[in-house]
Amino acid sequence: MSADAHAEHAHGEGHAEGTLRGYLIGFGLSVVLTAIPFWLVMTGHFDSQTTALAIMGFAMVQIVVHMVFFLHMNTKSEHGWSMMALIFTLILVVITLTGSLWVMYHLNTNMMPGHDMSQMP
Amino acid sequence: MSPTPVSPIFGRFTLEALPIHEPILVVTFAVVALGGIAVLGAITYFRLWGYLWREWFTTVDHKRIGIMYMVLGIIMLLRGFADAIMMRLQQAIAFGGSEGYLPAHHYDQVFSAHGVIMIFFVAMPLVTGLMNFVVPLQIGARDVSFPFLNNFSFWMTVSGAVIVMMSLFVGEFARTGWLAYPPLSGIIYSPDVGVDYYIWALQVAGVGTLLSGINLICTIVKMRAPGMTMMKMPVFTWTSLCTNVLIVAAFPILTAVLSLLALDRYVGTNFFTNDLGGNPMMYVNLIWIWGHPEVYILILPAFGIFSEVVSTFAGKRLFGYTSMVYATVVITILSYLVWLHHFFTMGSGASVNSFFGITTMIISIPTGAKMFNWLFTMYRGRIRFELPMMWTLAFMLTFVIGGMTGVLLAVPPADFVLHNSLFLVAHFHNVIIGGVLFGLFAGIAFWFPKAFGFKLDPFWGKMSFWFWVIGFYFAFMPLYVLGLMGVTRRLRVFDDPSLQIWFVLAGFGAFLIFLGILSFLIQIAVSIRNREKLRDFTGDPWDARTLEWATSSPPPAYNFAFTPIVHDNDAWWDMKKHGYQRPLEGFKPIHMPRNTPAGVFLAGLSMVLAVALIWYVWWLAAISFVALLATAIGHTFNNNRDFHIPAEEVVQTEGERTRLLAGHAGA
Repeated sequence: MSADAHAEHAHGEGHAEGTLRGYLIGFGLSVVLTAIPFWLVMTGHFDSQTTALAIMGFAMVQIVVHMVFFLHMNTKSEHGWSMMALIFTLILVVITLTGSLWVMYHLNTNMMPGHDMSQMP
Repeated sequence: MSPTPVSPIFGRFTLEALPIHEPILVVTFAVVALGGIAVLGAITYFRLWGYLWREWFTTVDHKRIGIMYMVLGIIMLLRGFADAIMMRLQQAIAFGGSEGYLPAHHYDQVFSAHGVIMIFFVAMPLVTGLMNFVVPLQIGARDVSFPFLNNFSFWMTVSGAVIVMMSLFVGEFARTGWLAYPPLSGIIYSPDVGVDYYIWALQVAGVGTLLSGINLICTIVKMRAPGMTMMKMPVFTWTSLCTNVLIVAAFPILTAVLSLLALDRYVGTNFFTNDLGGNPMMYVNLIWIWGHPEVYILILPAFGIFSEVVSTFAGKRLFGYTSMVYATVVITILSYLVWLHHFFTMGSGASVNSFFGITTMIISIPTGAKMFNWLFTMYRGRIRFELPMMWTLAFMLTFVIGGMTGVLLAVPPADFVLHNSLFLVAHFHNVIIGGVLFGLFAGIAFWFPKAFGFKLDPFWGKMSFWFWVIGFYFAFMPLYVLGLMGVTRRLRVFDDPSLQIWFVLAGFGAFLIFLGILSFLIQIAVSIRNREKLRDFTGDPWDARTLEWATSSPPPAYNFAFTPIVHDNDAWWDMKKHGYQRPLEGFKPIHMPRNTPAGVFLAGLSMVLAVALIWYVWWLAAISFVALLATAIGHTFNNNRDFHIPAEEVVQTEGERTRLLAGHAGA
């Protein structure tokens, strides 16, 4: 009966259905969040580093917008499993990225300058 | 070596790629070919092709896929062990000016293949196979969430294994060690097909591993029997869940880093080269972000097996269930915070090294907690020294030694002395053999009667046990000694004659392990011959505690005629205690997934694609890629995916079981 129970489950509560309103809001936000970085680059208002950081910032906000409005991420969907998976993913991504940056930066600072193995006897 | 010209038809392949000038390989090939022809001939003679194809190769039944994974793992164990014993022999005789019997070119392939095969094509299939077989039964489900995907995953793993085996006779395997660090694995230092075999074998098998990880997570999260809350799941299911979470999180990193290496080799990018902004250390960093979780992917299910075995054979509820679950979850998270301990000596400063040294030491705390939980479970229990329990006790003794040498290696200054030495080799064999392999043998002995309906022969099992355990100590304790004396790994010849005795001892240990493997195979053969005497009629031969023992051995295709309702962590024990009566009527038709050959075709095409890429046969790569896409899309139009087992058939199957139970009541 588990197969039947399984089928019922899929139609049960915990599935956030998208609404037209939700999709439109998401679409509007995405357009705005894409337009601002374009505008920043086209006008060249700030220096290139600030612009790059701003683009990354807007990109991250946009990721959240997509997840909330298009992928229906909220604390209740799939009985909270989606949220938990997201948090776990974020933790791992943060560990991987910051860890790699930290490790690689440390390696570079500790490498001897101009040490060329091909010149070794 | 001058670059081979690439022919438009055969790519890099020429007849010189066939190793007809290497006598060892020719003999191996002859033996393998004769064995292969004998097996294929026997299958043809007994007209088993149709049966195998319909009932096994195309099956979507999680139990059969699990068994096929186990068969794959055991076959590859023989190959991986052949490599091991070749290395042991070489190192035992290559002293005092002797070059041994393996040329460097060959020896380097042997140690690379040994590592790759043992991790990816022995340990992984055996672990995945056990999870596949046991988890759905343990949670009272009828199959996994995505039965077709399960079949596809299995065949992708097989394809990866076939690609590695192919490298033995066509071309060569990587000569880089099992993780293929650049720049050695780059196109400049390894221009041959070896590293490409490595990359594509792992990429193909990796798809299978990742998909089966997703499948099992889904199964555990969504398909548990009613009443089985997360904190009522059996511990093996818990560790399987955490392992599969690790798989899904870690394997994409392996895929990405191997893709980058492939880009470096195929299209001349510079991710891991020494110039043009590349950095080979990034490869080491990334591959260990996958590599460390990988070792926990292997050991966590073994921890789960030991938990089930200890509570069953001590006749007690597992001590500290909650702490066991939390220890597993903590290990899952922490396993992502320790990867740098694999390259302390690469050049990071004290702050980085001490951070990772400390996280590594911390991870031993939850592991130690588990060890105490098992000890307290045994405390004042009525322990039955059956084979699974013996493996568990051997594990507890052996693994603690391996754990302690691990903590020793976690101290960065100590690691600067011991890294890349045989001490390290001894350590990881100590935890992988003493932990994963002993766990798998415990699991095989424990669940074999569930899978086939008869127990394994205890005498040959005990022979295998003692040969393995004693052989392990003989083979690896000398390596600890050698490592402390400063002998590094992967050496082919030695100058110092005083070292030889240790290598001879290690070789003797490998020979004992050979007898252990032999006894294991004899055990299976003897058990099949004596199956009527070893028959399990009850479905519960060990007086066990979890749901898989509630159904018959072997379980019917649908596992459970009625989905059990769970009230306790040890659901089946609870049911037995409360005088559970098997329902004898009211059976309904059961909705089941239908077998499909699509997985075999998809994996076969992936294998062709991989081989074409290895040999630069671009036209074949293009054709097989298009065919792969077409088959995958074509399969989405296959709507004939399920059927109902008619109620009469369920009535008949269950009726037979009722008669069987009645006929052997009290036996």
